[in-house]
Amino acid sequence: MADPASISCEHLTYSYPGAAPALSGITLEVRAGEYVGVVGPNGGGKSTLVRLLNGLLVADSGHVRVAGFDPAAEPFEVRRRAGVLFQNPDNGLVAPFVEDDVAFGLENLGVERVEMRERVREAIRSVGLTGYERREPHTLSGGEKQRVALAGLLAVGPEILLLDEPTAMLDPAGRGEVLGRVRELRGSRTVLHVTHHLEELFDADRVLVLNGGRLVAAAAPEALFSDADLLRENRLVLPTVPRLASDLGLPFCRTPEELAAAVERRSRDNSGVEAR
Amino acid sequence: MTAVRGVGQFYPVGSPLHELDPRAKVVATALLVVGLFFVDSAAGFAVAGTAAALLVAVSRVPLRVFLGLLRPVAFIVALTFFFQVFFLREGPTLFRWGFVEVHEGGLEMGLLLSARLLILVTTAGLLTATTAPVALADGIEDLLSPLKRLRFPAHEVAMMMTIALRFIPTLGEEAQKISRAQAARGADFTSGGLLARARALVPILVPLTIGAFRRADELAEAMESRGYRGGQGRVRYRELRFRTRDALALVLTVLVVLAAVLL
Repeated sequence: MADPASISCEHLTYSYPGAAPALSGITLEVRAGEYVGVVGPNGGGKSTLVRLLNGLLVADSGHVRVAGFDPAAEPFEVRRRAGVLFQNPDNGLVAPFVEDDVAFGLENLGVERVEMRERVREAIRSVGLTGYERREPHTLSGGEKQRVALAGLLAVGPEILLLDEPTAMLDPAGRGEVLGRVRELRGSRTVLHVTHHLEELFDADRVLVLNGGRLVAAAAPEALFSDADLLRENRLVLPTVPRLASDLGLPFCRTPEELAAAVERRSRDNSGVEAR
Repeated sequence: MTAVRGVGQFYPVGSPLHELDPRAKVVATALLVVGLFFVDSAAGFAVAGTAAALLVAVSRVPLRVFLGLLRPVAFIVALTFFFQVFFLREGPTLFRWGFVEVHEGGLEMGLLLSARLLILVTTAGLLTATTAPVALADGIEDLLSPLKRLRFPAHEVAMMMTIALRFIPTLGEEAQKISRAQAARGADFTSGGLLARARALVPILVPLTIGAFRRADELAEAMESRGYRGGQGRVRYRELRFRTRDALALVLTVLVVLAAVLL
C-alpha cells in the first residue's frame, strides 16, 4: 500500500483532442509531507498534470497513484484525499454564502450535520475568516475569496493539496494572505504548488520544471534557480533579489536582508585580502 | 467596486418572515400568486393589497427594495392601465374628448389589473428578500422531491437555482466592466431609438455569454474536484424544520386568499 499522502506518476502521457501531447512520459514522485513546486512556461503541462492527479482528466497512458488510488478509476477516493485550489476563486465558489460554500465538499461526502458545522467553523477559523460566514462571495477581495476556497478544501481534510497557480489573479496583499495560510500547512500536508512566481517556491523542498509537456528538471530551489541556462531555456525569470545576487556573483539570496549580508560578507573578505 | 445586487436578492434582516421555513414561504407565495388571478373585485384586491402591505412591514425589508423591484415593471403596469382605460368601452362613459372615451368598466379593469401586477411583484419580492438563496433552493428541492419518482431532477433544479443566484452579482459586475470597456472605446448605449439601443447591446452580450460559458466550465471542474456527484449520498448543511408557526402562516395565507377571491 502506497503512503496515503504521496503522489507518483510513471510514464504519464496525455494529449488534448487534436493537439500535440500536453504531457509526455512524465515520471515523478512526491513523498508524504513534501512541498514540491512546479514551474515552467505557459502550455508546459502544469495545469494538465494537476487535472490528471485529481481525475478531472484521464491519462492516455502511464500510471498515476495519488494517496494510493488511481484517480481515473477511483476519482472520489482521490478527491477526498487531494484537494485542488484553482487559479480563479470567482469561478470555484459554488454557494451564495461563505459558510455554505465551505460546507460544499462535506455535503458531497455525506458528513453528518453536527460534525459538518464543527468542521466548517474550524476551517473558516484556520484561514482567518471568522466573522465572514454570512458574507456573499462577490463582496470579498480576491485574497479573501481564495481563502474561502482554501477553507472549503481544508474542511474536507485532504492529506494532499494541489495548488494550481492560486495567486495568479491576486494583488500583492491577497497573494501574501493566501501564501501565509499555505505556509502554515507545511509539513502537515503534502503540497504540489504550480506557479509562475518563483519566489513562492524559495522554501520548497524541490522544484520541478515542466516545458513542452516534459519534465526537464527536478532539483532543490537553490540549485535550480542558480542555473542561469536552465532558467533562460524555460522562460523562467528570477525575482529582483536573487537575480541581483546572481549578477553580482553572490550565492543564492532569497531576501534583501540575505543579499545585504552576502554583500557585506564579500566586502569584508575583500578588505581582508587587501589588508594582507 | 460597486456591488451589483440582482433583482429580488436576499435582504438579511431578522424578521418573523425571515424565520419561516422556506417551504412554507414558497407554498404561501404560490397560493397568493395563483389566488390573485381569481380575484376580480375591488374589495378582493383591497384585502390582497393590505395583506401584501402588512407582510412588507413585517419583513423589515426597507421599502426602497420593493420600489426597486417595481421600477422595471412600472412600464408594463402603465401600458396595461393605458390600454384598459382607453380601449375598454364597458359601462357608463366617464369622460369624452373627441374620439377619446373613458368608461367606468375600463377604468375599473385598468386599476384592478395594475393592482394585480403590483401585488404579484411585491409578493414574489417578499419571498426572495426574506429567504436566503440556499434555503430557497433547499425548500424548492424538498417540495419537488416527490417528483423524483417520476425521474424529475429535483436536486439538479435546486442546484441550478443556487448557482444562478450565486452568479447573478458576478455576471452583473462583468456586464458593467464590459460596458465600461466598450464605452471607453466609443460605444454609445444611450442615444438612438429602441432598435439602435438593442443593437448597441450586442457587443456586451457576446463577451458576456462567452465569459459565462468559460465560467461554467471552470465551475464544473471545481465542483467535480470537490466531490460533487449530484444529490446521491449528499447531506445538506442546513436543516429545514417545519414548525407550528409555518403551519399557522399557511393557514393564514389560505384564509386571506379565500377572502380575497370570495369578496
